[in-house]
Amino acid sequence: MNIVNILEEIEKVDGEVYERLNPRRAAMKSFVNMGKKVSLAAVPLALGSMFQKAYGQTLPTAVKDVLNFALTLEYLEYHFYNHAVLAAPGLLSGAALTAISTIRDHELAHVNLLKGALGATDARPALAYTDFDFTAGGTFGDVYTNYNTFLAVAQAFEDTGVRAYKGQAGVLKGLDVLTTALQIHSVEARHAAHIRTMRGQKPWITLGAGGVANDTGIAAVDAVYAGENEEMQTGVTITGIATGVTKAAAVESFDEPLDKAKVLVIAGLFIR
Amino acid sequence: MKLFLKQSNKILKANSKTMKQLLEKNEKEILLEDRSILTSPLQRRSFLQFAGVSVAGIALVAAGCKKDKNDTPIQTGVTLDFKDDFGVLNYAYALEQLEAAFYIKVASAPPSAFTPAEKAYFQDIQFHEIAHREYLKKALGTAAVGSLEVDFSSINFADKASVLGAAKAFEDLGVAAYNGAGKRLTTPAYLLAAGKIVSVEARHAAYIRDLITPGSFAANDVIDANGLDKAFTPTQVLAAAGMYIKTKINVVGLTA
Repeated sequence: MNIVNILEEIEKVDGEVYERLNPRRAAMKSFVNMGKKVSLAAVPLALGSMFQKAYGQTLPTAVKDVLNFALTLEYLEYHFYNHAVLAAPGLLSGAALTAISTIRDHELAHVNLLKGALGATDARPALAYTDFDFTAGGTFGDVYTNYNTFLAVAQAFEDTGVRAYKGQAGVLKGLDVLTTALQIHSVEARHAAHIRTMRGQKPWITLGAGGVANDTGIAAVDAVYAGENEEMQTGVTITGIATGVTKAAAVESFDEPLDKAKVLVIAGLFIR
Repeated sequence: MKLFLKQSNKILKANSKTMKQLLEKNEKEILLEDRSILTSPLQRRSFLQFAGVSVAGIALVAAGCKKDKNDTPIQTGVTLDFKDDFGVLNYAYALEQLEAAFYIKVASAPPSAFTPAEKAYFQDIQFHEIAHREYLKKALGTAAVGSLEVDFSSINFADKASVLGAAKAFEDLGVAAYNGAGKRLTTPAYLLAAGKIVSVEARHAAYIRDLITPGSFAANDVIDANGLDKAFTPTQVLAAAGMYIKTKINVVGLTA
């Protein structure tokens, strides 16, 4: 067990390890001093805490931006559902109320998780229900009184959420936080599937009528589905790749990402 | 980084009893790996993981293993080498082969209790899994592993509950597998492709769960208190999928 060897090994994968540790000279120094006194067995614990200090609170700016972007979307979803559950009399009952409550709880958990990951200093300012206009300036004027309108907007949010997380995967490549983002991403996909079936749609996004990308039949959400009718994946044409794989099947088989700017345009319609 | 620390911890695990008090999470992982030594066909690699040798130490220990007369030769079956993205894609390809084979069998002769809508959606899912399988095969090209021989003897294809139970197991496992493997991918385009597939698997999982128990699309047996889906290591996934696969799967290059 040789601390120098360990640092050398780390340097192979993280060339900046000494730089990261350098601002923490005090921690490093106390570690070295302590190393003389404590038994070998206690060293890993000390190491763990030292590296946590070096890495824990220093998320790269690009990663923070992704997490704050995700946090914005989670606030939007949480307040949308929370209001439906608590303050929209007659909108939801029975299984629908249970399902929407479950989804609301997940979105709140995601808000708290992302806030925690970012920390108080880096997390964006909290968003309240009053910061949103879920009628989108009147486009969905009866969103909290008409069950079908509510579900249509819910579906748009969930399918957008899936696309939004997917679009940021590259920024998080290779990081532990990518796994967390993927674990949120697949939960949003489960929500989307359930809400789509509540609306009588396929759980998966299929080809719209006449080959358009939007399969909801609601033109107001065209932007949510832009590009979902893709049939090429990393240069491979999926349509016809095997017997029975029609263009619709090809479109259904792969969910497409949406870049941050486009997602923010959609979210922006609902933010005051 | 974390990966390396884990290894450092494991080095000491071998050296010191007091390591047992360290990092409960790592303990769990080590325990899982302990168990996998008993169940995995790949004793040699598991041994390396268990020993938790440092990067520099691997060659030395491997050299030691060569002299071990009990070492199982790993020449038969299919080898997943996680040293690069092709290994990860082959892992996905193996799982998609399994899923496709299952749904082809269901779609060709659905349980009589299936409604017309259920039959139609299982047809859809069949083509999704075939598309995933064929996409991965093409993306891998000559690096693709061979065809797996499946073992569905534990599934009663005439019984709706049995079919749905197996489908749920496959879909939840598929989601957890992609979620856990994403971090291993280094090529952005492949990471994105995996992301495009995993959300479709999650949609399948939600649909099938709702068929079994309405409203269980994201129940708390699969989603934790932080609102997170599962993420499994290849070791965990292959242990769970093993009962459905006859072909021996050798795993190498797994460092965490």
